Amino acid sequence: MALISDDRLSELSFEELSRYSRHLLLPDVGLEGQKRLKAAKVLIVGTGGLGAPLALYLAAAGVGTLGLVDYDKVESSNLQRQVIFNTRDIGRPKVVAAAERVVALNPDLEIKTYNFSLSSRNALEIIKDYDLVADGTDNYPTRYLVGDACVFLKKPNVYGSVFQFEGQATVFDATRGPCYRCLYPAPPPPGLVPSCGEGGVMGVLPGIIGTLQASEVIKLIVGGARPLIGRLFLFDAWLMRASELRLEKNPDCPVCGKNPTITELIDYENFCGLKDTVQEPIPSITASELKERLENGDKVKIIDIREPHEQMLFKFPGATPIPFGQLVRRMDEFDPTIDLVFICKIGQRSLYAIRALRDAGYMGPMYNLKDGVNAWARDVEPKIVAY
Amino acid sequence: MAVSLLVPTALRGFTDRKAELTFEGDTVKEVLDALVGAYPDIKPHMFDENGQLRAFINVFVGDTNIKSTGGMATKLSDGDTLMLVPAIAGGR
Repeated sequence: MALISDDRLSELSFEELSRYSRHLLLPDVGLEGQKRLKAAKVLIVGTGGLGAPLALYLAAAGVGTLGLVDYDKVESSNLQRQVIFNTRDIGRPKVVAAAERVVALNPDLEIKTYNFSLSSRNALEIIKDYDLVADGTDNYPTRYLVGDACVFLKKPNVYGSVFQFEGQATVFDATRGPCYRCLYPAPPPPGLVPSCGEGGVMGVLPGIIGTLQASEVIKLIVGGARPLIGRLFLFDAWLMRASELRLEKNPDCPVCGKNPTITELIDYENFCGLKDTVQEPIPSITASELKERLENGDKVKIIDIREPHEQMLFKFPGATPIPFGQLVRRMDEFDPTIDLVFICKIGQRSLYAIRALRDAGYMGPMYNLKDGVNAWARDVEPKIVAY
Repeated sequence: MAVSLLVPTALRGFTDRKAELTFEGDTVKEVLDALVGAYPDIKPHMFDENGQLRAFINVFVGDTNIKSTGGMATKLSDGDTLMLVPAIAGGR
């Protein structure tokens, strides 16, 4: 069955016939395919590295209605990859700047912006008006939220994700293939896979994966192509290696299996272990407080768990470097009578480091440098660049 | 059987940043045991307290998920390529 039913198709104008001539020349797209694109409604969740090429190419291709969801504002560190924004957009809401750009590209486009986070409260209400969703978010809770919502609403979820030099893409469509949870029943423990904000990402990579997603969106709308359903495309830009893996539907999947146990949206932050409901809170220390303690000559041992290449950007004075992966094995090196202060880039991985040591049985006092070395750069040594 | 194991970026912090390793083993379990033996830091990230492979990691032999071929008991042939495919979430 076609994703866009025939009764929704309307004629193309003279200008549209000219604008889309390269599509019209393709026998597999043609006039009918272009009319389907015009009638289609696509929701892009996340207007960042993946969302930028998605929005630009889908607007250029003549997708009639685009929805853009993002709560964030443009920052200078986005411009290395989020090519939909200009330098003058820094500080503006992403969806506003992105909408302006795509409308300039294609004035016939109908664009809807949602300048807030997608959540369990609003996801079904928003997604239900669209034919399909392209997922360009950057965190596990939203990935599961989008995945589950698409299963419940029977919408295809055109999936892409990136990390450092690696990308993944597939189309999850539970009506004829696996869903996100069939592949990944549960997320990684917090802290293991850093976000792009911590682990970095090659700027071109979301461009490659995002355009692949745009291609899959267009194929699903036009119909007749072989979509990336039941196949996972993996790409490693550093090794220039691409692979295709077979994905199968899990008959025991809690969402799309034969006897589903999850039938409505849940609390995804909790599901991903990001809520501290049961765990003891971890004491933190601010950059200014740490500076004061160091100046007073207090006995404090600072453990820098950042990767060696990050330490090259800023060597924290007096810190002992121990990468996250080695901490538990090397905990005998610590004196449990001395305060340990753990530092990373933004104070997130250091939190997980403390938790890992606690779980491994380390009993000494441990503190988290709140907001990491970026806070030190902001509050103590402004000459240092927050990265 | 000598087989290759492809390590994704997310786990390379535990394998001296190596992307491809070679191990001997007749089953997936033997190869992953050899991986953990060579790089003990990776163990808690790949396996839970009960020794089960964590749900965010899929193991493929060739293009097939071991979930459909007998899981950790999946038999290997000389020259097979195993790939660890973790969930990654970046997009912005």
